[in-house]
Amino acid sequence: MASLSVQQQRVVGKVFGYLGLALIVLVIGIPMFWMLSGSLKTVREIYTFPPQWVPSNPRWSNYQDAWHAAPFGRFYINSIIITLAGAAFQLFNGILCAYALAFLRFPFKNFFFVLVLAALMIPPEVTILPNFLFMGNTIRNLIGHSWVDTYQGMFLPGAATAFGTFLMRQGFLGLPKDVLDAAKVDGAGHFRTMWDIVLPMGKPIVVTFGLISMVNKWNDFLWPLIVTTTMNMRPITVGITFLFDNEGNNQWGMIMAATTFVVVPLIIVFLFAQRYIIAGLTAGATKG
Amino acid sequence: MATSTSHAETAAYPAQRVRVRSWRKRLREYDWLLFVVFMAPNLFFLSLFTYWPMVRNVSISLHQTNFLNQGSIYVGLQNFRYIFTNNQFIYVLKNTLYFTVASVSLTLILGLLVALLLNQRLRFRDGARAIVFAPTLLSGAAIGIVWAYMFDPRYGLIAQVLSWVHLPSPNWLNRPEWAMPAIIIVYVWKNLGFSAVIFLAGLQSIPADLYDAAKVDGANAFWRFRSVTVPMLSPISFFLMVTSVLATFQAFDIQRVMTQGGPAFSTTTLIYYVYDQGFGNAFNYGRAAAAAIVLFVIMLFVTVAQVRFTQSQVHYDG
Repeated sequence: MASLSVQQQRVVGKVFGYLGLALIVLVIGIPMFWMLSGSLKTVREIYTFPPQWVPSNPRWSNYQDAWHAAPFGRFYINSIIITLAGAAFQLFNGILCAYALAFLRFPFKNFFFVLVLAALMIPPEVTILPNFLFMGNTIRNLIGHSWVDTYQGMFLPGAATAFGTFLMRQGFLGLPKDVLDAAKVDGAGHFRTMWDIVLPMGKPIVVTFGLISMVNKWNDFLWPLIVTTTMNMRPITVGITFLFDNEGNNQWGMIMAATTFVVVPLIIVFLFAQRYIIAGLTAGATKG
Repeated sequence: MATSTSHAETAAYPAQRVRVRSWRKRLREYDWLLFVVFMAPNLFFLSLFTYWPMVRNVSISLHQTNFLNQGSIYVGLQNFRYIFTNNQFIYVLKNTLYFTVASVSLTLILGLLVALLLNQRLRFRDGARAIVFAPTLLSGAAIGIVWAYMFDPRYGLIAQVLSWVHLPSPNWLNRPEWAMPAIIIVYVWKNLGFSAVIFLAGLQSIPADLYDAAKVDGANAFWRFRSVTVPMLSPISFFLMVTSVLATFQAFDIQRVMTQGGPAFSTTTLIYYVYDQGFGNAFNYGRAAAAAIVLFVIMLFVTVAQVRFTQSQVHYDG
């Protein structure tokens, strides 16, 4: 490199930069492309080598076959219910908790903050079994029937949020002090301060967390897998897994179409909200 | 209170009375009721579904559940003795270590490289950042199915890529020595974007004048990276390392879909073992709970070690 001029070095650097960028985009993007391309292939196109990149005659009926291979309509409804309920609970609990930790006065507040955050350290391995027994035996002893295979059984264990509390508390603390002080001078109570000032001004962080929460609930897998026992209660992530277990390696075209059903809502969220989510996550990480 | 030591001398002075009053006033100024009301919902659910299960888990680990789940008998530490004298559990621990170390180091190293690239002044880098980040949001179950298709040894895309460099495709998901690398590849592919995006934010928060100062001192590109970028990134690297390690302990969906812990238990990590013992074929709650406790102790140990290590290494100034 020593013999190159500064100008030449810069050009070489740019070329390598663009090559690297192209490589990353290909490596990350191709599996997504492969899913879509596979979802339109005929059986014969799937079982050829070298594989065909673009199906010559797109077989749209793979999507129909997939839709009829399992109750996907029901899966969608189940996923939507647990996603909305789970995210609503997390937002409600997280906003109140974050507001209290950011603005209310209470002795040993840091202790409560740590108490909430410590939950991040407890892995699901430790909680799934007792929670399953709780939803089954404990609830049955209390009210006469178990909550296994119910919606509340699926979303209640994920109703609290340590991560969201942390993220939103950070966001609330970053709001301009003088506006909050002005509200206090005007005699606004905490409910009005929260509703008229903190929530509107902290909207980006609240929306970010709401989106992250919804994506996580949609993708949730282990707990719904354990706590659902009938086909009709399964969310889409679990439903497609059983379809894959059964149809497996024989019906790749149909399976890829079914996988697209799972991913499409996420891609829509991603297209609209990618900036929001990245900004929120990085704010949480860099200022924490 | 510090003032009470000199209480006798200062009692007569008005200043002291003011202090006492302000202390009382502070008690009155606490938002007692509202704080409790606002904290209660979150803490209620955390206690019920996170903290209390931890306690209950200990009790389960000391019992053996009846096969028909109609009662349990106290067996002391027998479940722990069983898992530690059982070759399978030791194998599972090794798998977990393999998966965690490989996944975390690859995600962090590749994530940093991608972040360094995205930090260059290149066109389309915002678009590239979005694409790199996208897999983080996708369902692990769906991702696993797509990759199972790509790993197909006869008709898959990976076989095609390998054939370009004249390599035969291993039978990825059906060979004990290849299944774990396959799982790790998928996991790294999915999670790379998260560390890249976080590293990128870290890079962008480094003040430019630090680099200028290093340049004035005659540091070349490598030395600038070594003496400015690395120390300035260390708090973020630490954050990423802790969160990544914790995340790998919870990685489940990709294994469940692609290999179901097999072949021959070669992709059974601890969480899969807990699932398998508790809900798979065995329904052995006691052993599952014992394994979960072992995992939790390991995690605590790892975190404490990381915090200790960081306190001596990480530069928080800046």
